[in-house]
Amino acid sequence: MSMYGTDQRHHTLTVLVENKSGVLARVASLFSRRGYNIFSLAVAPSDNPRFSRITIVVDVESAPLDQIMKQLDKLIPVVSITELDPAHSRERELLLATVEAGPETRGQVIQLVGVFEGKIVDVGPEHLTVMLAGAPTKLDDFEDLIRGYGIVEMQRTGRVPITGAVRPPERQTPQKRQVERRWPRCITRRMQTPVSSATARWP
Amino acid sequence: MELTGAQALIKSLEMQHVEVMFGLPGGAILPVYDPILDSSIRHILVRHEQGAGHMAQGYAQVTGRPGVAIVTSGPGATNVVTPLADAYMDSTPLVVVTGQVATTAIGTDAFQESDITGITMGITKHNWLITDVADIPRVVAEAFHVATTGRPGPVLIDIPKDIAQSTMEWYWPAPEDLDLPGYHPVTEGDPTLIREAAELLLAAERPVIYAGGGILKARAADALRELAERTGIPVVTTLMARGCFPDSHPLCLGMPGMHGNYTAVTAMQRSDLLIALGSRFDDRVTGRVSAFAPDAKVIHVDIDPAEHHKVRVADVAIAGDCRLVIEELLLALDSLGLAHSEATRGGRGGSPSDAVAGAPAAEGSMAASFPRERLAPWRAELGEWQTRFPLVYDQQPGAGPLKPQYVIEQLRDHTPEDTIVASGVGQHQMFASQWWQFDHPYTWVNSGGLGTMGFAVPSAIGAKVGRPDKMVWAVDGDGCFQMTAQELVTASSERIPVKIAILNNAYLGMVRQWQEMFYEERYSEVYLSPDLPDYVGWAEAMGCVGIKVESTDDVATAIDKANSVDDRPVVIDFRTDAFEKVFPMVAAGASNDDIMVDPSLIQDLGA
Repeated sequence: MSMYGTDQRHHTLTVLVENKSGVLARVASLFSRRGYNIFSLAVAPSDNPRFSRITIVVDVESAPLDQIMKQLDKLIPVVSITELDPAHSRERELLLATVEAGPETRGQVIQLVGVFEGKIVDVGPEHLTVMLAGAPTKLDDFEDLIRGYGIVEMQRTGRVPITGAVRPPERQTPQKRQVERRWPRCITRRMQTPVSSATARWP
Repeated sequence: MELTGAQALIKSLEMQHVEVMFGLPGGAILPVYDPILDSSIRHILVRHEQGAGHMAQGYAQVTGRPGVAIVTSGPGATNVVTPLADAYMDSTPLVVVTGQVATTAIGTDAFQESDITGITMGITKHNWLITDVADIPRVVAEAFHVATTGRPGPVLIDIPKDIAQSTMEWYWPAPEDLDLPGYHPVTEGDPTLIREAAELLLAAERPVIYAGGGILKARAADALRELAERTGIPVVTTLMARGCFPDSHPLCLGMPGMHGNYTAVTAMQRSDLLIALGSRFDDRVTGRVSAFAPDAKVIHVDIDPAEHHKVRVADVAIAGDCRLVIEELLLALDSLGLAHSEATRGGRGGSPSDAVAGAPAAEGSMAASFPRERLAPWRAELGEWQTRFPLVYDQQPGAGPLKPQYVIEQLRDHTPEDTIVASGVGQHQMFASQWWQFDHPYTWVNSGGLGTMGFAVPSAIGAKVGRPDKMVWAVDGDGCFQMTAQELVTASSERIPVKIAILNNAYLGMVRQWQEMFYEERYSEVYLSPDLPDYVGWAEAMGCVGIKVESTDDVATAIDKANSVDDRPVVIDFRTDAFEKVFPMVAAGASNDDIMVDPSLIQDLGA
């Protein structure tokens, strides 16, 4: 089982949020107070400066996905939530590691980095610092292999996914899974008259 | 027109037609208090900020308009945390304005600094820290919009002192200028689901309408009544929904839950269809969830889709405003051929069952046998339970100890029927909910979800401010009263004539009841004292009329006397029986099937 399992326990949500201070705290605090588990989390600006994108891999063992999504949706700065279907999305992650690589093993490590199409970003007498970007499972494999040489320090960014390119129907990747919306997200009118507007009073 | 941030804030509140706000000034909010002198908004100066929050809640619960509280930074702000949490639990629209230290001082542990937006993140629907004076009108408009639409709730606006002092060019945002790209509350239910709900409803043999606070929030009491009367389906009203359906109505079963009456609790347990309208399957209603209403299908209507399937998986979950959904449901029932009840059919003679028999047979064939007539055996069974397991207590006349239930009954019978009742939390709250007859919506003010002791006095004051035309009584416990009694000074000085009935049993009564029943009568830290404080003396010191009642003979007289006072608050210290327990009761974590009724009923059955 890889570190990032493809089992049903983990679901990837990309959450578009208003780019305002404190939004990440609101999301994190929601997960904490409702007892939801976050497996990984990444925040980045989106293509629109008004919004940021938070990518959360949630562990649905703690609560049903439906409930997590709806509670997230209640946060005012959350604009939209999409569950990414692994079969139809592309995910990448970045790994940086400083590995033990003395004269006798350095060649092997460099070779491994070459095979995985990574890069050497720093070289010392006893260590190599390597960088690898790729699919999370590929990073898992690479990590397993370099572990044998001794990892001094390692950082992984957490995965950043995106919906894959649209193909003609006949070339569609196997069955795009629709994210089922079990509740109507919004009414088309953007603003409703406030229910308790100033003039209204109950009897 | 150039205004200071403070002036813009007050003007924005005026633009929202705020007529009253409850608050207490302090350093960081000082600039905002200056323009209050020139404002049309009435400011009520409280004695503790928690009182301001609960008053705003009481005001909101009886008027349906957002309550407004205004307090300073640091301790002022943290003192309204409890009301915010309370309002969040009970979905009460509240707008709280807090002062904050200057933007340059934020994060430096400045005097009276607290991160109130951080603290209240989990107990407000949303909150704002204003960092640009030009945002003030827009944020105020957004705050009122968020507080009052969708599932209502409390919001908080934190305004740093320097922002309040700087100036801006006044504007008032149009609705489309609000910057809420992620806020789109659902109001109209999905027609397909409503049709499914109507079909389930017509097929049910033992349906129960489980009406919650959402009925009141959606102003759906009339729609609910029409639904119940047209279908003949009995209604339970939760603690938050008392009054949304008249207790005097033949279809009303009263309150379900931990201290609900036997029939309401058992009707839900035996039901084959629960029609949950604006209710949220609170643990105090369901008891052990796995044993709750085991045979029931569930239709769940709630404006907050996150309530669906949270506790109980619904067969039909409809997101929408209760009133709109019920109205659509009635239309769907029409189209399925459900005959109108006599009341709505007008001139047509005969009994309701005749009307049903006369309904067209084709598409309405399923409906034709439904529902009033087909539900008759179910209603008969419920009626039998009501006779067998009524609410009971035993009041010895004269000298015997005063029973709290007797006091509530006397209060009910000696006040106008549309009297507003506020309560604290504990035994007295349950007695009030059980023994009062709620026949009007918005006449019951209490802390349901959070269970905040001390809620009664300030919320009653807020309710009286919101509805000065109505008599307002608070039913309070002695423990609760001591938590927020200082607000009676506010009431006296503002001439707000609320009336407080303390059911003084010298104990933290509900805790005492649990210790008696579940902790082998080991009474740990629950004894207060009947005489310390001296409630009459305390009341008088706060500018109220104080009355002490120890005997049944004096109960009615004291209530009449209190009713005749209209220029100051009245406090009656009713000395009640400390040994009285609230029954029925479902123990925490137990199944609702294991409801404990009053022991006297068991003896009667055994005899």
